[in-house]
Amino acid sequence: MLLTRKAEFSASHVCRNPALDDDKNRALYGANANPHGHGHNYVLEVTIEGDPDPVTGMVFDLRELKEIINAEVVDPMDHRFLNHEVPPFNHIVPTTENITVEIWNRLHRRINLPNARLKNVRLYETADLYVDYGGKA
Amino acid sequence: MRLTRRYRFSASHRLNSDALTPDENARLYGKCNNPFGHGHDYVLDVSVEGPMDASGQIVHRAALDALVQERVLGHVDHRNLNCDLPELQSQVATTENLAFAIERMLARDWTLPARLARVRISETARNTFELETE
Repeated sequence: MLLTRKAEFSASHVCRNPALDDDKNRALYGANANPHGHGHNYVLEVTIEGDPDPVTGMVFDLRELKEIINAEVVDPMDHRFLNHEVPPFNHIVPTTENITVEIWNRLHRRINLPNARLKNVRLYETADLYVDYGGKA
Repeated sequence: MRLTRRYRFSASHRLNSDALTPDENARLYGKCNNPFGHGHDYVLDVSVEGPMDASGQIVHRAALDALVQERVLGHVDHRNLNCDLPELQSQVATTENLAFAIERMLARDWTLPARLARVRISETARNTFELETE
């Protein structure tokens, strides 16, 4: 059984590799390379796979899941400039792919029950672009 | 890891099978068999799969957008699918067949390092067709 919890955060970022010149950054990242950054309303969908606990009837306590997502993702990232304020994006380019992997790594440490495991992290950068990551490249 | 990008196009079509009589077509397809056709605002989701490259991307957005524009959107947007799309000439212009046609149009000469993983089309907000590719 799959359980999905949604969360939102708004953040700014810029996609630039400091080792590359402006032209190369624009070729790689388009408008995302504009040097002063820009922002998105990110939408996060966290999917857990498991069986309902025979006592509680729940795959995972939704209140606990909400607290984990808030503590690991929303609180540190909401209304922040990711490159400047949220490591590791001071040295990793915050593409949607890299943000998705970072969120997976943060949540994976916390969502680990015998009957329930983190299945997928989906991150929408906009309504027209999202990345799915299930722990493997 | 999979990245999905959403595109939109508007097109007209008519559902009519050469293998059926006019009465059978009218019964089977109902309003969709209207001889003059009708149109939809289609939503196309293209998913690609693969590892990130050194830039931290599965696919460069501009490259994917350019490919989808050239291979698909340029041929279907503000077109009549029955008349204007060679890929559908011998088929009923259902969204099922359109999904397979778009998959073939994209897969042919696919030039991106990431693999084409899925084509999903919504004909309206109520009808969605999804095709995982090999």
